[in-house]
Amino acid sequence: MTVLEQPGSSRNKSSLPGPPPDWRPRVDPAPLLPDAEPYRLLGTPAARGLDADLLKRLYAELVRGRRYNVQATALTRQGRLAVYPSSTGQEACQVAAALALEDRDWLFPSYRDTLAAVARGLDPVQALTLLRGDWHTGYDPHRHRIAPLCTPLATQLPHAVGLAHAARLKGDDVVALAMVGDGGTSEGDFHEALNFAAVWQAPAVFLVQNNGFAISVPLAKQSAAPSLAHKAVGYGMPGRLVDGNDAPALHEVLTEAVQRARRGGGPTLIEAITYRIEAHTNADDATRYRTDAEVEAWRAHDPIALLERELTARGLLTDEFAAATQDGAERLAADLRGRMNQDPALDPMDLFTHVFAEQTSQLRDQAAQLRAELDAEQTPAEEARP
Amino acid sequence: MTTTAPAATRKPATMAQALTRALHDAMAADPTVHLMGEDVGTLGGVFRITDGLAKEFGEDRCSDTPLAEAGILGTAVGMAMYGLRPVVEMQFDAFAYPAFEQLISHVSRMRNRTHGAVPMPLTIRVPYGGGIGGVEHHSDSSEAYYLATPGLQVVTPATVADAYGLLRAAIASDDPVVFLEPKRLYWSKDDWSPDAPTPVAPIGRAEIRRRGESATLITYGPSLPVCLEAAEAARAEGWDLEVLDLRSLMPFDDEAVCASVRRTGRAVVVHESPGFGGPGGEIAARITERCFHHLEAPVLRVAGFDIPYPPPMLERHHLPGVDRILDTVARLQWESGWTEGRGA
Repeated sequence: MTVLEQPGSSRNKSSLPGPPPDWRPRVDPAPLLPDAEPYRLLGTPAARGLDADLLKRLYAELVRGRRYNVQATALTRQGRLAVYPSSTGQEACQVAAALALEDRDWLFPSYRDTLAAVARGLDPVQALTLLRGDWHTGYDPHRHRIAPLCTPLATQLPHAVGLAHAARLKGDDVVALAMVGDGGTSEGDFHEALNFAAVWQAPAVFLVQNNGFAISVPLAKQSAAPSLAHKAVGYGMPGRLVDGNDAPALHEVLTEAVQRARRGGGPTLIEAITYRIEAHTNADDATRYRTDAEVEAWRAHDPIALLERELTARGLLTDEFAAATQDGAERLAADLRGRMNQDPALDPMDLFTHVFAEQTSQLRDQAAQLRAELDAEQTPAEEARP
Repeated sequence: MTTTAPAATRKPATMAQALTRALHDAMAADPTVHLMGEDVGTLGGVFRITDGLAKEFGEDRCSDTPLAEAGILGTAVGMAMYGLRPVVEMQFDAFAYPAFEQLISHVSRMRNRTHGAVPMPLTIRVPYGGGIGGVEHHSDSSEAYYLATPGLQVVTPATVADAYGLLRAAIASDDPVVFLEPKRLYWSKDDWSPDAPTPVAPIGRAEIRRRGESATLITYGPSLPVCLEAAEAARAEGWDLEVLDLRSLMPFDDEAVCASVRRTGRAVVVHESPGFGGPGGEIAARITERCFHHLEAPVLRVAGFDIPYPPPMLERHHLPGVDRILDTVARLQWESGWTEGRGA
């Protein structure tokens, strides 16, 4: 960060004693400001220089991600998922977030970010445990360095900052990437997390997926900021505005932010402009608050279609690659469908097992009560009669 | 708790000193223990409980945070996820409320949510209670909020030795502990052995502070000295009161409470927290469920009134005092007669 000379603009000259000159440090806001327009690569001359393998990797993940979204939505209709907040249309954000991180880094997803967790390597069934409803977190967060999918908005952001701070205190070059939506930026925890991150210069990256709506509430009712990325400046960290459907652009911006954090350069706020093509969840009716025409306009800016154009132009989308990509996506969907169609194994006694490391006498009593009820259920009615 | 320190090394010490020593010893014993909060670094905390710790252990281990309680507790969650053992200071009881979402939605649930994979070895120190002449928002007894949240341990010392022992136990615990510090007892003194501090007191065990036969006063934290004073005054009325210090509200020591009440046959719960929805109702229900046939009278409560905490010039009318406790003991149906001399 650039520290400016002490203030004293000509417009503000006073002959009276002012505050002593060390009244506060001055950070030059100019380098922190986001661009006026979202950063893009696809369709620009710079896209031609992009690594072919990276483009193909991104494309394969997007196609796989879209198929995952479609399959998970279908599972809600079959009663196999209690609810699914789809990231259809936001696959570039999900995939780029996962690919920008190293193994040792941590991802802090919200409930809409199951695809990011899957793209990072998490078993999709484990990723969907929360939404199937057989347990809250279906995986060991330490194993994948993926924090539990977080439902209370923006509350996982301070966790990311604390973890990044702790890693830095321990001397580990670990970065934490936290994901939040446009609605989540109104929450107090968003503010507190960004403020702590900047004060501590924590190796954290905040990715705001601005998908236009917080359930039904449009961004205009959510914030009067010039952009959500501009909020970064008030905390003293750089803000980046990027096309959230331009996978290579997003991947580049995220990777830069992660590398900067890893080098000790502190946190970055990234706003990705995207759109939630599906309703908030399968239980929501989006026609009550937006028009079909608006959705169609965004379909023309679909992340997969955009990347496909680039691949085609460069001759990278061979029949063989396209078929292999499609095949991989179908295998993911078939595996997910097959395993989600089996009833999960439930152990009601799990309700008491992990509340405390050391069971309290109160919970021991209650567990015994449930055990007895379960045993009674097992006993045929004839025998149970005295 | 019995103390094992040789009498020669014992000298008057305050609860505040014992708490500072507990933090110091925990930090010295375990490099993953990190203190964080508002003013805990350079200043040593507004009650000076962290005095000198930033200087001795460095500001990374005893750090002044931005003034934001949700941020303090939320970042502590992340630090705990990475293997640290954060000890968070909330400056005053009523200033902890912004952190409640983190406490309720994450701290209390993280172990359970992850099938035990992500424990939360956090200690949240909260100076609580009234009687210090504090202006609005500085005197709340907020324990009922914490007790209503499954997954939290709630502990409160009433003696200098327990301040040390329970705080060490809280920091050593692999589960989150809300450690309620009765701020009006910060400057209370006991003979204590700062050179050979008492071993760690177990969390979840109550302690009889005064043996008696007529009735049991069940209390904790700031009300313990009041109950002991009331028990002394009750002798003039012919009552020999037992005083039980709960020390840990969750886990709750049903065994010790029931053993005492079965012996005395009468019980009064005393706390500053408002009566309606307060711990006393739960305690009275548990006694009634477990000791009904041993009771000579309904379990009674002396609690704070069901009012927002009063301004300092009126707080003495609100806080449970000796007279109100004795008036309540007098209502324990002594006239029924047939049990007279029970247990004597």
